[in-house]
Amino acid sequence: MIQLDQISKAYGPVTALDGLSLRVPAGSLYGLLGPNGAGKTTALRILCTLLAPDRGGVQVAGIDALQQPRQVRERLGYVAQEVAIDKILTGREMLRLQGALYHLATPHLRQRTEDLIELLGMGGWIDRRCGTYSGGMRRRLDLASGLLHQPSVLVLDEPTVGLDIESRAVIWQVLRQLRDAGTTVLLSSHYLEEIDALADRLAILDGGRVIAEGSPSELKRALGGDRVTLRVREFSDETESARVQQVLQGCPGVRQVVVNRAQGHSLNLVVDGEAVIETLRQQLNQAQLPVFSLSQSRPSLDDVYLQATGRTLMDAELEVVGVRDPKAERKQAMR
Amino acid sequence: MTSASPLTLHAAPPDQAPAERSAFADLSQETLALTRRLFLQLARRPSTLVAGVLQPLIWLVLFGALFAKAPEGLLPDGMSYGRFLGAGVIVFTAFSAALNAGLPVMFDREFGFLNRLLVAPLRSRSSIVLASVLYITSLSLIQSLAIMVTAALLGYGWPGAAGLLLVLVTLLLLVFAVTALSLGLAFALPGHIELIAVIFVANLPLLFASTALAPISFMPTWLGWLAALNPLTFAIEPIRAAYAGSFSLQAVVLEAPYGDLTGLTCLGILAALALGLFLLIRPLLDRKLS
Repeated sequence: MIQLDQISKAYGPVTALDGLSLRVPAGSLYGLLGPNGAGKTTALRILCTLLAPDRGGVQVAGIDALQQPRQVRERLGYVAQEVAIDKILTGREMLRLQGALYHLATPHLRQRTEDLIELLGMGGWIDRRCGTYSGGMRRRLDLASGLLHQPSVLVLDEPTVGLDIESRAVIWQVLRQLRDAGTTVLLSSHYLEEIDALADRLAILDGGRVIAEGSPSELKRALGGDRVTLRVREFSDETESARVQQVLQGCPGVRQVVVNRAQGHSLNLVVDGEAVIETLRQQLNQAQLPVFSLSQSRPSLDDVYLQATGRTLMDAELEVVGVRDPKAERKQAMR
Repeated sequence: MTSASPLTLHAAPPDQAPAERSAFADLSQETLALTRRLFLQLARRPSTLVAGVLQPLIWLVLFGALFAKAPEGLLPDGMSYGRFLGAGVIVFTAFSAALNAGLPVMFDREFGFLNRLLVAPLRSRSSIVLASVLYITSLSLIQSLAIMVTAALLGYGWPGAAGLLLVLVTLLLLVFAVTALSLGLAFALPGHIELIAVIFVANLPLLFASTALAPISFMPTWLGWLAALNPLTFAIEPIRAAYAGSFSLQAVVLEAPYGDLTGLTCLGILAALALGLFLLIRPLLDRKLS
């Protein structure tokens, strides 16, 4: 349904996408997971015909998006990250404008508007000015705008960032219902839980390319092993955690030991089965190290990311927080 | 949350989605919707409209009063200063309004609203530009008419039916030219701060270096030349002639240092300017909206 082939895109010296390929099957709910700066937004902007790639091909519903952008726009709904609404218009006026831009006939538009207001629980707000909306209400209006023309493909860029719990629940439910009704839904997120809970399949993006692809359970299963998070103290320092790492690294059955700096220098281990846990305790005992906490779990999507990139998603986020240039990003989005 | 009817959630069947409609129907639908948005904004935030009338009004009243006691016969044809100034202020009103044409577009660029328009399957993206032109043309004509009515009430005259038509045509040509310029700037400049700065800097000097406030015969040679090349002058003089009761386009309305200009020549220059500017900004618009 959606197909990106070897897409590359650079903003001046900065490479945003580096040969990205993606195939989203029709009627699936597909997640694009990656830290900020991984290229998610750029990929979606290219898909929505807002941006031309430097190289590569884009197909939506069998239509070449670079050759026939208007045909693609007719079939595609886009809920952007930067919420662009006219604060001085009411929600209903925004939808009416949107409907005219998609050339909907008035009676049909009116019916669609009523249906979407009900579906998204916007009844109390639709006739107030958008400037008074909360983030959640704005996002619902954006979703309604994206759905107005009954697109066969819905694309959402981080639709639940910073939303209240109720709005998030509403949006999740609508996305599932849409998928069940046959719409292809592609959403980006840097929330692991969101993708894990929602997506039928996902691609993990890093550095402008896909580093892992599959269903959440496939990806986790392929990773294998159990995850252990260990602390010898509530907050260890670097020296101590390095020492623990050394002690545990040689342990039989321990595949990998990583120090998680983002979480008080706790240690993340990959081990072969439960039996290894007892060995771990013995080793620490011998080295006269206490065990403050030890928890064990199945692999998560974060572990998939860790395996592929050598860092946790959280660390990747923290890395770019200081480096991001909001001004440059705004300029990229501006015509 | 209530469960939705299947209709709400299903994608439109592929055979129905791109319903075959005429290009004209699509174009007018999208252009009217975009124009409607601009007028809704104006209705809810009328300060632009009010300020756009108030400022020239203050010019008219204060500047008119400043020279109210000018000796008779100082101006050509024994015209009173108020009457002389009227044409200048009418043109200045339309000019200032049109100069702001690019501002809403610039804000749409900056806040990402333009991107919302660009992901929609617009039949032609000219409708975005067309809506701005429609809006700013009506706005500037409304403001100019308000000034004309006020000037009439102040006793500065009224051009009559034929004259009114000439006034409107002249203003329309000027507004088209200035709107093209402003829209071009809105896409060429990086942000609204820069656009406002350009508007601010362009506004008053263009007024002073025209025949709005004084005839060329009052000016030193260099300023006279500037005024005789200023597009505002080509709009002011035919309107001044219309107010004086001369509707003949063949009559000389401006004695410029380089020769006499008839009303028709002035209108021709304005039309050429409007056309030239639209052709000039077209590649820029095509690039930014592609």
